[in-house]
Amino acid sequence: MKKGIIGIIDYGGGNIGSVRNSLKYLGYKSQVVKNSEHMEKVDKLIIPGVGEFSSAVGEIKKIGIFDAIGDWIDDGNPFLGICLGYQMLFEKSEESPGTMGLGIIEGEVKRFRKGKVPHIGWNWVEASSNSLIESGYYYFVNSYYPEPSNGNYTIGTTENAGTVFASAIEFDNAIGVQFHPEKSGMLGLRFLKRWLEC
Amino acid sequence: MLTKRIIPCLDVKNGKVVKGINFQNVKEVGNPVVLGGKYAQMGADELVFLDITATQEARDTAVNLIRDVAENVFIPFTIGGGIRSIGEIKRLLEAGADKVSINSAAVLNPALISEASRKFGSQCIVVAVDVKRIADKWKVFISGGTRETDLDAMKWIQKVEKLGAGEILLTSMDRDGTSSGFDIDLYKQVNEMVDIPVIASGGGGAKEHFLELFERTDVSGALAASIFHYGNLTIRQLKDFLDGNNVPVRKEVDR
Repeated sequence: MKKGIIGIIDYGGGNIGSVRNSLKYLGYKSQVVKNSEHMEKVDKLIIPGVGEFSSAVGEIKKIGIFDAIGDWIDDGNPFLGICLGYQMLFEKSEESPGTMGLGIIEGEVKRFRKGKVPHIGWNWVEASSNSLIESGYYYFVNSYYPEPSNGNYTIGTTENAGTVFASAIEFDNAIGVQFHPEKSGMLGLRFLKRWLEC
Repeated sequence: MLTKRIIPCLDVKNGKVVKGINFQNVKEVGNPVVLGGKYAQMGADELVFLDITATQEARDTAVNLIRDVAENVFIPFTIGGGIRSIGEIKRLLEAGADKVSINSAAVLNPALISEASRKFGSQCIVVAVDVKRIADKWKVFISGGTRETDLDAMKWIQKVEKLGAGEILLTSMDRDGTSSGFDIDLYKQVNEMVDIPVIASGGGGAKEHFLELFERTDVSGALAASIFHYGNLTIRQLKDFLDGNNVPVRKEVDR
């Protein structure tokens, strides 16, 4: 096992198993995070996610880590948000009007208005050259996509049926990806490995 | 641009793969992890495991299979075959399946679709529909195609979408096993009717069939079994061919 314990936030809805499996495969030890005390024992933090915006935010509030996640990122600790875990970094989502997200990044999560919804399958991520992500096909499952107010944090873009969206962002030590690296074959595992190693 | 998905289907019995065994140099015939991994390496975009095990006791072995695959193969996979209840769906998803596919149980109890998609998210609920052309219409069949229902396929598929399914896996029984090409009329009509992704299954027996499917319809993917299993065509060859004909496919996989 390699150095460092990776915390995976379990808020009930998201299937955390596949993220755990990928970390194990890469030789890392993970710890399920279900409260703020658990957060003190980990070196890096992942919020995986499938599910619905407001219920995920609600669960995270219920287990008392909503503010702690904000502090974790503000303090510059390594953080990775996947899919819904990425969308939660934004202020709000069309999926759940009236529910505030973490608001770490300015912007809104919007619903695809063109093409098949959900957007399921392998789509191209055009990554900026100095990022942890390499350009290539990654696996997506989403009906909503984030639209940051400020494009400076975007490190990957993807086009779906005419809509170009920020499929990856980097903000201090926080990274958010709309695709599922844990389900994107070797390319996804390579990204996870680079994030785990840095 | 979203790529067209190529999905091999593997039949599973008592936790072993019983179809999909004709790989050269693969000693562990029937091992789902080895075979699934092999397909992933060749560029499969997803895997579908169809559990043809009859008994509930043997279902436990499917759970172990899912766990093994999830720990070792890092592309999405679906499990289907005889799934009847929310409890079963929960167990299969928790074991690591990305999606479950329900067929007969959805027809017998449509509320299962809405309940499951509400509970687990529509993205992991695939509704499989088996249809056969009778006169001018497509009729829905269940129980592995052995029982005809009163349902008109178009009406049923619209209902399935409304109930919250995330995807339709549509099998043409007329074409299944014939290697005579996909039923273009069927897929064109259904795909234009619904907003959720449609996966075509039945009749894919040559690379030209897949090209015809993707050129003439806008379905999201194609599922096939024997063409890949018996080495007539590898997924890699198929994708090279499609790519050469301007069909968007994911090509750079680790070779």
